[in-house]
Amino acid sequence: MTMRETPSQTAGPYVHIGCLPEHAGLARFYDAQVGASPIATGAKGAEITITGTIIDGMGGLMRDAMIETWQADAAGLFPGEPGADPAVSGFARMACDADSGAFTLKTIKPGATGGGAPHISVWIVARGINIGLQTRIYFEDEVNGSDPLLSRIDPPQRAGTLIARNAGPGAYRFDIRLRGDGETVFLDL
Amino acid sequence: MTDTGDLPRGRLIPRDRAAHPVARDVDYKTSVGRSPDWPLLSMESTASEETGPRFGHSMIGPRDNNLIENYPGDGLAIGERIRVFGRVLDENARPVPHTLVEIWQANAGGRYRHVKDGYFAPLDPNFGGCGRTLTDAEGRYEFMTIRPGAYPWPNRGNDWRPMHIHFSLFGSGFGQRLISQMYFQGDPLIDLCPIAATVKDRSQLDRLVASLEMSAARPMDYLAYRFDIVLRGHRQTMFENKPEGM
Repeated sequence: MTMRETPSQTAGPYVHIGCLPEHAGLARFYDAQVGASPIATGAKGAEITITGTIIDGMGGLMRDAMIETWQADAAGLFPGEPGADPAVSGFARMACDADSGAFTLKTIKPGATGGGAPHISVWIVARGINIGLQTRIYFEDEVNGSDPLLSRIDPPQRAGTLIARNAGPGAYRFDIRLRGDGETVFLDL
Repeated sequence: MTDTGDLPRGRLIPRDRAAHPVARDVDYKTSVGRSPDWPLLSMESTASEETGPRFGHSMIGPRDNNLIENYPGDGLAIGERIRVFGRVLDENARPVPHTLVEIWQANAGGRYRHVKDGYFAPLDPNFGGCGRTLTDAEGRYEFMTIRPGAYPWPNRGNDWRPMHIHFSLFGSGFGQRLISQMYFQGDPLIDLCPIAATVKDRSQLDRLVASLEMSAARPMDYLAYRFDIVLRGHRQTMFENKPEGM
């Protein structure tokens, strides 16, 4: 290693201008929005919708946050790997709703990857977050017991903060708590 | 989609948290309620962090990296014309090629074109404030823009943001994802800014300050500022006499 990483700075309240211009009110600024959907027509696997909110240390909804997700295809292969589903780009970028605070991810359920239970990687930035927060979404209806990351969480009961709950057919609920009671496990990988 | 064959893979170098801002800083008040209390769970990177999205040239428009001209108005943006350029490298000093660089900024008066910005400096009808580009094969990027204005913000009694441009970087793996801010050489507001001051290592904060590069300026047209960016690298271990991750 010869160089140090450039330090992070907060994405601030206006992150949408650069990353989700339409959400900032800049209609049709770019021809193609980055991360508009992690899947295209014909993606293999079970279609799912994950809905949630991000809650700050005072219990307030973080309506100005941006979330990105990255995942494997239904067979557990990441985009670019040999044999990966060409209809899965794997990447999504979402804003929390300015009124309800909710984010919604429509995707396909990823397969298990290299010894890990099926999961979706999550990255969160917002005003007040000085360096982006990494976490993961696992699923309560999958076999999670031997996942190396979940198994390492101490105390183990905090592992539940990374598990999306069933909320009807093809629907999951995943709330993220930045601080305080039920604080989500954040990662340093 | 771009060719992924030449990109480094393998375990990421563990993040040096001392290179970064502290998560919670009472002088940046919003960070107090928006920073985790528990320590982060540290683990060796996995495929989820070592792979990441790729963005192709086909999605980038010809004026996407020219903020002076890319807003759909009739004329040019108001302000001091500047070129912002540099290289994206990793911790092993290898260029990061074909990676997406996105920027956003206030206009010359310090006002953002955002539904949530109510500062009374006027909007510029010819300035949107966002741009994007892909680095070339050597990790180089450039933008044409105007120098953003400083502006006040509600924090302590009289806090002002120094002139700055927000940068968003990807690299080849999702674990390299980074958002930061570029400041301008000589701006006295940098030393007064509680957001800049969340970076406790002064030598690291200095790396966010772009330098004036007269050799890259164009006479009678624009000044130039150089801002080089370093993303996390891949761990290099000797494997069959060939460095892994190279």
